[in-house]
Amino acid sequence: MADLHTDDPEAFRAEAKSWLAANFPASLKSRGGVMMAEGGLPSEPAIRAWARAMAGKGWGVPTWPRAYGGGGLTPAQAKVLQQEMSAAGAWSPIGGMGVMMLGPTLLEYGSEAQKQRHIPPIARGEARWCQGFSEPGAGSDLASLQTRCEDAGDHWRVNGQKIWTSGAQWADWCFCLVRTDATRKHEGISFLLIDMRSDGIEVRPIRLISGNSPFCETFFTDVKVPKDNLVGPLGGGWAIAKRLLQHERGGLAGAGRGGLAAEPVSELAKAYVDLDEAGRIADSDLRARIAGHEMDLRAFQLTGARSMRESRSNSGPSAATSIMKNAGARVAQDRAELTLEIMGNQGLGWEGEGFTRDELAAVRGWLGGKAFSIYGGSAEVQDNIIAKRILGLPDPLGPSR
Amino acid sequence: MAVLTEEQSLLRDAARTWTQEKSPVSAFRKMRDAALPLGYDPAAFAEMAAMGWCGVIIPEEYGGADFGYLGLGLILEETGRTLTASPLLATALAGASALVLGGSEAQKRAWLPRIAAGDLVATLAVDEGAHHAPRKVALAAARNGEGWRLDGVKAFVLEGMAAELFVVSARTSGQSGDEAGITLFLIPADAQGLTRKALKLADSRGAATLAFEGVEVGPDAVLGEVGAGWPLLEQVLDRARAGLAAEMLGTAVQAFEITLDYLKVRVQFGQVIGAFQALQHRAAAMFTDLELARSCVEAALIAIDEGSPDTAELVSLAKAKMGETLHLVSNEMVQMHGGIGMTDAHDSGLYLKRARAAETAFGGQAFHRDRYARLQGY
Repeated sequence: MADLHTDDPEAFRAEAKSWLAANFPASLKSRGGVMMAEGGLPSEPAIRAWARAMAGKGWGVPTWPRAYGGGGLTPAQAKVLQQEMSAAGAWSPIGGMGVMMLGPTLLEYGSEAQKQRHIPPIARGEARWCQGFSEPGAGSDLASLQTRCEDAGDHWRVNGQKIWTSGAQWADWCFCLVRTDATRKHEGISFLLIDMRSDGIEVRPIRLISGNSPFCETFFTDVKVPKDNLVGPLGGGWAIAKRLLQHERGGLAGAGRGGLAAEPVSELAKAYVDLDEAGRIADSDLRARIAGHEMDLRAFQLTGARSMRESRSNSGPSAATSIMKNAGARVAQDRAELTLEIMGNQGLGWEGEGFTRDELAAVRGWLGGKAFSIYGGSAEVQDNIIAKRILGLPDPLGPSR
Repeated sequence: MAVLTEEQSLLRDAARTWTQEKSPVSAFRKMRDAALPLGYDPAAFAEMAAMGWCGVIIPEEYGGADFGYLGLGLILEETGRTLTASPLLATALAGASALVLGGSEAQKRAWLPRIAAGDLVATLAVDEGAHHAPRKVALAAARNGEGWRLDGVKAFVLEGMAAELFVVSARTSGQSGDEAGITLFLIPADAQGLTRKALKLADSRGAATLAFEGVEVGPDAVLGEVGAGWPLLEQVLDRARAGLAAEMLGTAVQAFEITLDYLKVRVQFGQVIGAFQALQHRAAAMFTDLELARSCVEAALIAIDEGSPDTAELVSLAKAKMGETLHLVSNEMVQMHGGIGMTDAHDSGLYLKRARAAETAFGGQAFHRDRYARLQGY
């Protein structure tokens, strides 16, 4: 397929607009929430057709190389695509951890064979990946992980337990940090790709305070993994993991933003709380806190845009990028708390009658969102990183990390 | 830092070099100790004017450079770093904006070239009480033949002792608090019946109270439309607020950097105190707030330059977020320095005092939070 790809993002705009008009069915507007609901797309024909069309263009991963099924767009073109999708009410049917985390990492660190094998299915939205990083004894101190990986001659043998493996119950593959050397902490960690259909893997979903089970415990017992599935050098997994976590944090900051693109809380408040004669929120304390939150949100969005502009012009992440994960988590959690407060008792329904769908979603979202400041490096770990890497303050735990 | 054009980068670098070399904090301290009557060093201001800083937002035909508000904001950020005291904000930003936006051709020709050259200081005389409340205009302007007669007071006028020209908000109809009935006037400082009294504020910058007793002016003293000065006043104030926020950004960044340097050298319990996580996380929080506030300040300045329809809300966002951040950083500067931060010999106190004065000027955090909510319709 020979598309006209000029370097001019504005010339590209017309192409994107007309393609979206021809391929995105209006019936799917505002259905973006179905993404990944049960670890994959619903089987509705319209959704499947939309996913096939996007996969054909590679626009689910617009900036990835076309050789691996990506869109081959410049960052400026990708931004135009995003604007046009948003204007058309279109959403990407291709997502998940493969797109957000593993793909970019593999493009940077993977062998040619690994890229050929794994990137195209991610780009098509077919392969579902989960992340095997955290362990019961290795949370914020991730490098203390214990899952053993031994050289068994013609394959690796893996034994251990991972936790918070999101979507492991649906995943086809797991990208995993394993210990290949027990005598060294960071240098003893390797990065391994594990087929979730291998013998010896057991997955148990974990029920969370929100009532959902997006995370699992995953047990590995004498799991055989082909030698080719090691990414990067033996003992070189920590550097890859750190890079991957940067992609994760970038994506999570974006995830916070996605939830926030919805109706402003001030609009919601008008439906639930008393207004004064001028139509303003009568409770001045609540009004001030809503305004404070909406200003924080605006500041966060402006910083996201600024950090993108600066990254593009300096060809590297700007200082602003480092604050996005914590700032995004805080704004999203503040929004959830305010939403509940505004809804009052209507915002505390658990299930059943007497509550709207939005009200029930609010309470689940509030609880689920407590994870924003825990996963992908807790808020405290992010502050440690800022203090050490950006501000140049000494590491209280010594120079090893 | 916004992505700058080459010219903007050059301007910023020139401002940085001059403030660091010619106007460090020690220069401000010297000015304060000498109790200079205007609240700034006129020789230093003459140097700033000679570099063209007074004409940054003024069109070329009136002697300026027409270089935009982001350009002037870059200079103000640098002067804010070293607490450089000057009427730059009052005259080159606020006073000049009033004339550029509202002036007749004759008014522009009369005043703008002198402002651009730094020969004359213009300033806004808006507030009448302890709080910024631009609708609360009681100062009365009554018809007086062809012209007008002004009676009333203006409080906390920035650079009020240095100014030769005041942009005065006056009431020509309605009640204090109404938006309708506000008219702006250009009043020379030597007008008969106008007296001024210097105010000594904690931040040692220039301010004055003005008393108008039967001040008579001609019809050509009206800036803009009679009775419909409110939208013009809001636009002028928004430019002053955004510029002040840029100055505050520089002040906050410098206060933070001084504090961060201290965390790296002060040793207690056998280690630098910056190794303590309790202080590291507070430093990270300040850094985070500074990055967020910078985005707001730059967005507000760019919105003014682009004539964006959401300028007013972005300005209130910038002034409020910058105020919150400067408030935090200036307090932490004193606390993290400990006892030394309480001494007059240390610069912490200078930053703390300037912080509160800047937060309060043209509306504090509560004022702009309320304004933001109103602009969003709640």
